[in-house]
Amino acid sequence: MVPAQGRIGQWRSGLGFLFLLLAGSFYGHAQERPYFVTYSHEMEEPGNLEIEMLSVVGKPPGGNRFLGSTTEFEYGATAWWTTELYLDGQTTWHDSTIFTGYRWENRFRPLLREHRINPVIYIEFENTSADKALREVVGHDGRADFYDSNADARADKERELELKLILGSNFRGWNLSENFIAEKNLGGGSWEFGYALAASRPLKLAASAHKCAFCRDKFMAGVEMYGGLGDALGFGLKNTSHYLGPAIGWSAPNGMTLSFSPQFGLNDYSIPRLYRFGIKYEIEQIVNRFRRGE
Amino acid sequence: MKRARAWLLTITILTVAALAFGVADGSWMRHVPAKDHERKNPYEGRADAVAAGRLVYEDHCSKCHGENAQGTKKRPSLRSQRVQEEATEGDLHWLLVNGNMGRGMPSWSKLGDPQIWQVITYVKTLNK
Repeated sequence: MVPAQGRIGQWRSGLGFLFLLLAGSFYGHAQERPYFVTYSHEMEEPGNLEIEMLSVVGKPPGGNRFLGSTTEFEYGATAWWTTELYLDGQTTWHDSTIFTGYRWENRFRPLLREHRINPVIYIEFENTSADKALREVVGHDGRADFYDSNADARADKERELELKLILGSNFRGWNLSENFIAEKNLGGGSWEFGYALAASRPLKLAASAHKCAFCRDKFMAGVEMYGGLGDALGFGLKNTSHYLGPAIGWSAPNGMTLSFSPQFGLNDYSIPRLYRFGIKYEIEQIVNRFRRGE
Repeated sequence: MKRARAWLLTITILTVAALAFGVADGSWMRHVPAKDHERKNPYEGRADAVAAGRLVYEDHCSKCHGENAQGTKKRPSLRSQRVQEEATEGDLHWLLVNGNMGRGMPSWSKLGDPQIWQVITYVKTLNK
């Protein structure tokens, strides 16, 4: 365990350096939704690798402030199959900085054409402990989970299977996405449920005829809401936490996408405020870059 | 051990299927509904749409179809007779919205109609 506060992580510095290195080496472009929890039906383009860092800062009342981070490596295996590895970590003020585990997820698009509502099947295995990245809220997850010290929380290993039904629609520039989540701790316990909803739209639909960094079509604004739905023993909203907040994303000229979202807990079971920020970088056709002559 | 073998077999089948369908042959045009085939490009002939479409192409299409749309080893040229003469702009719009996912072409519905029409406007000028 690394004694932490102020050392938000040597590993984060290393990854930051990697990002700068990639930014100097390649040119990529992403037009991404500014969602932090909700998945849209839009898959990673085949052959592209997206590297993404998503962080959340929050403070439960009377508890310590925390920074949860996820580094994602998302690869488009085909046009209908996206696979992704997550590495999670967190820093808790007055406590420590720890690596909290990994997740491996796969998304499959069963219908190979665009419809009014497009389903995507999501399957994830996660092996985490003391996780504070808040990548989803299920069951009776709430602020009470954030008071334990990292040493105590690490004793609670979570090897979980997570299934999501992702529904997405693109209509007149708007994207509407709905996720229904079911999660099971493979070590025991009942199925837990959750949801995530989001909508977003570029500030301007048509592209600019000249290169510009701050044109309206480079910005995407939206709103996101998510929360728990109890478990198999008590399905519903009782003793569940919920969050709502606006989100904005900017496609930067060097191929990065930056996003930010302040989110607000909707009841006493939730953490009052969360601040989420993300940075994504997409490397197009990564396999071809290592082939001779391409 | 059995589980590991099952995973390996699944991954192998998926990989072979992906490679087998990796060749473009234009068969997608048979699936375009008549009303989509007839759709008109609202940006047709507009110089600003060509310029904007070129930037959209560079951002999203050039890595697969080539910087000059000449195609790459696995992805077709957009200067072909099929794209330039046989396919209507409505056909191309349908293809960009729906993709040809079994053969590696993703859906680009996330771009929205204006950008899709802009990039079609640009592509249709490539041989002029």
